[in-house]
Amino acid sequence: MNVVEVEKIVVKFAGDSGDGMQLSGTQFSDTSAIGGNDLLTFPDFPSEIRAPQGTLSGVSGYKVHIGEIDIYTSGGAADILVAMNPAALKFNMHDLKSGATIILDSDIFEPKNLLKAGYESNPLEDESLSNYTVIAAPITTMTRTILKETGLDTKTIDKSRNQFASGILFFLLNRNLDEGIKFLQQKFAKKPELVKSNVNVIKGGWNYAYNLQLIHTTYRVNPNLNKKGKFRNITGNIATAWGLMAAAEKANLPLFLGSYPITPATDILQELAKHKELGVKTFQAEDEIAGVISAIGASYAGSLGVTSTSGPGLSLKSEALGLAVMTELPLVVVDVQRGGPSTGLPTKTEQSDLMQALYGRNGEAPMIILAASSSSDCFDFAYEAAKLSLEHMTPVILLTDSYLANGSELWSIPDISKLPAIKPPLVKENVEGGYQPYLRNPKNLVRNWAIPGQAGNQHRVGGLEKNDVSGSVSHDPLNHAKMVELRAQKVEKVADYISKQTLNGPKSGKLLVVGWGSTKGAIFTAWNQLKNEGKIISSTNFNYIMPLPSNTEEILSGYDEVLVCELNNGQFVNYLRAKFPKIHFTQYNKNEAQPFMVSELVEKFNETLEAL
Amino acid sequence: MTDTKYTRKDFVSDQEVKWCAGCGDYSILAAVTNALPEIGVDKKDIVFVSGIGCSSRFPYYVDTYGVHSLHGRANPIATGIKVSHPNLSVWITTGDGDSMAIGGNHFIHLLRRNIDVNLIMFNNQIYGLTKGQYSPTTPLGQKTKTSPHGTIEHPFKPAELVMGAEGTFYARTVDTNPKMMKEIFIEAAKHNGASVVEVLQNCVIFNNNTHHNITDKEVRDDNQIYLHHGEKMIFGKDSNKGIVLEGLKLKVVTVGENGVTEADILTHDAKDKDGTLHYLLSRMSLPDFPVAMGVIRSVDAAVYNESLEAQIAEVKNLSKIKNVSDLVNSGETFTL
Repeated sequence: MNVVEVEKIVVKFAGDSGDGMQLSGTQFSDTSAIGGNDLLTFPDFPSEIRAPQGTLSGVSGYKVHIGEIDIYTSGGAADILVAMNPAALKFNMHDLKSGATIILDSDIFEPKNLLKAGYESNPLEDESLSNYTVIAAPITTMTRTILKETGLDTKTIDKSRNQFASGILFFLLNRNLDEGIKFLQQKFAKKPELVKSNVNVIKGGWNYAYNLQLIHTTYRVNPNLNKKGKFRNITGNIATAWGLMAAAEKANLPLFLGSYPITPATDILQELAKHKELGVKTFQAEDEIAGVISAIGASYAGSLGVTSTSGPGLSLKSEALGLAVMTELPLVVVDVQRGGPSTGLPTKTEQSDLMQALYGRNGEAPMIILAASSSSDCFDFAYEAAKLSLEHMTPVILLTDSYLANGSELWSIPDISKLPAIKPPLVKENVEGGYQPYLRNPKNLVRNWAIPGQAGNQHRVGGLEKNDVSGSVSHDPLNHAKMVELRAQKVEKVADYISKQTLNGPKSGKLLVVGWGSTKGAIFTAWNQLKNEGKIISSTNFNYIMPLPSNTEEILSGYDEVLVCELNNGQFVNYLRAKFPKIHFTQYNKNEAQPFMVSELVEKFNETLEAL
Repeated sequence: MTDTKYTRKDFVSDQEVKWCAGCGDYSILAAVTNALPEIGVDKKDIVFVSGIGCSSRFPYYVDTYGVHSLHGRANPIATGIKVSHPNLSVWITTGDGDSMAIGGNHFIHLLRRNIDVNLIMFNNQIYGLTKGQYSPTTPLGQKTKTSPHGTIEHPFKPAELVMGAEGTFYARTVDTNPKMMKEIFIEAAKHNGASVVEVLQNCVIFNNNTHHNITDKEVRDDNQIYLHHGEKMIFGKDSNKGIVLEGLKLKVVTVGENGVTEADILTHDAKDKDGTLHYLLSRMSLPDFPVAMGVIRSVDAAVYNESLEAQIAEVKNLSKIKNVSDLVNSGETFTL
């Protein structure tokens, strides 16, 4: 038998929503991490909890991209597909490499299921899979045989089918089966009978592959030697929750989350709800509005107030964001973007809330907008969002998206004690001469913060326009003009406190490709590929949207063409066009509610270079 | 709690009060500033929160901490303040439009959760600040600017919503009775849980005399009954009328007539967890009944902010994770 060493591999697990594909995927990614591979995962599931079994609309998927090299995306077409039924096969055929290996359950390829999936003939019997290596194993029969004596009911037994497939996969990739078993022992720690049955099934799958000698070539992905230190696998939503907790701890303020369940942001609420041991308070509000408003109340009283949501929820919060702008209170809003408009595609990814984040409020209401660019840097940008919000007394919107939120990657665990200090402008009790709510620090125009419970600093804030310095209600025209200007300048001045924009490739040339937020991995990988082919091209990715880094114009200037790539109809490019009218921007947009694939970016970049 | 002796003046802010001359809000403000020195809370720990409307200008006029928020949103602001900082005494001033219409959802959920705040609802049965449109409490058929031919909407009774949401404290009073208002505000402050005080308030410009059948000197003794916990439900100019229960309905009787004695009259039990009688009392309306004033319901129940603190204390006690560093290094990690 041949063992072929490959530097990266993409495995896709697909089945019905209840087939345990997420479990198999997590088992595979965790054991890959233990084996030293870099990795990134991406679940892709329908918004229905349990869509009709065996149908195309019910197919749930989990993609894992592992590498000896650094991994920045969830990968393009899959090298290996685990398909638990005909629908899962059919649904994923478009996303398979030619020559890919397909592990499937031959028992399920019978007329009823073929019909449900829309197959006119059995793909195992016609020629349609001739370009692939097919491992068609009678997974259902074998699993039931293995567990015959356990006394478990058929439904429970069939839930272990995924482990038979995992066993074959572990053999195919020369993976340490013990690690897969250890995963099961931890996963089902409270249900010993399930540990036993699942372990027997994964062993059965491995033995099946070994004994039948069906597999002539196996693969090995060696450890990534760039990765050193202590890591954990983390999703974007968990990283966001932890970043907020780290910031509150650093600022020495209580953390309060007011939120309402909404896909794909709910995990943030669920994660923070778990951490009462660190004093985190979560309030599951009656609606999106009460979520954000309660967070503003908590901030007024001296907490780090946070709300988490997705696009439709952000729409409902618009009025409240204006209140946070007017009262100049800290507030972090996490918007986990999904496909829109309206209810849209709740479980799919998109970058289409940018304009809403920037401008979706009445009046002149600027605020800081940040975008995270990977599942693990959601931690950094949640921390940064809280830091900027507290230190600059302004609401901040952090944009993540479904791809980052549900996807996971290896995260180098930071030393929490070394994270930057956070110093909110809190005043002491009994401010001399009386507390003036809108007295500002001349350097950054940030107002001082007094909180209830402090003696002598009684004051009122609210949504009505306030007089400069004193904070009493004012309808004076010149005062209003001044306050509009001050609020705008305060946000602009944040540019002095954030990192400069960085660039990959030469400072000038024919083509600069630009992305923002979660497309970083795909754009970087595509750029890297072209660079390795000897092409001259530059790329840059924005995390700071409002304000932009102070050197943005410098970075964007000097190219014949600046191609802005985003998962919407051109929101960031139009923002840049308004800011930098002299620069020649073109755009590449994808509105499929799916992340960019490296291959499509490479094609677009090549095409653009050739036309220049 | 505080040992400081305050007077009314300590709670009067330096802001010019801008309600219309003759507005009922002035007497509510006076009653609140008269009550605050007697609730035993340091003024640094008091926060007044409001939404939008005439009533919602209130926080500017008391010298405490305050938030004048958005239309209908006082309750979630107050919730955020109280839940995050439970040591504060949190007061909400709101109106019938603010809390029965745009903020209706927040109103019932505040009560359902029983968060320890005090809510004063100025019910003038009209939108005053937008100049005279009907509100959710405007009587059926009343002509207003948006109902020129009379409203065709059945009004809410705020008390019914409180009872429906199993609110733990409900009191009613009138803007013409400063002494009763003060007593009731103090009772509301004492109650541990969400306290709702409905003040029947007069809008002198857009709905003048809307409550006059209840509040006018000549009729008030016969048309109001001031309920006190543990006391007989007796009212009237001659203090000889009373409330009795007949089947599942209340009835007004006269002591000394038809063999009725004082012993037959109901005794008010505001602390009865079963709210059935509270509901009936709160629904009494003219002309068959007097309108009930005073603390109609005041019962003990689990308080959200206290339950949360208790959970936090319990989980902290049991957990090995003491800081974020412990957390990020816990569970499944890989050293490469």
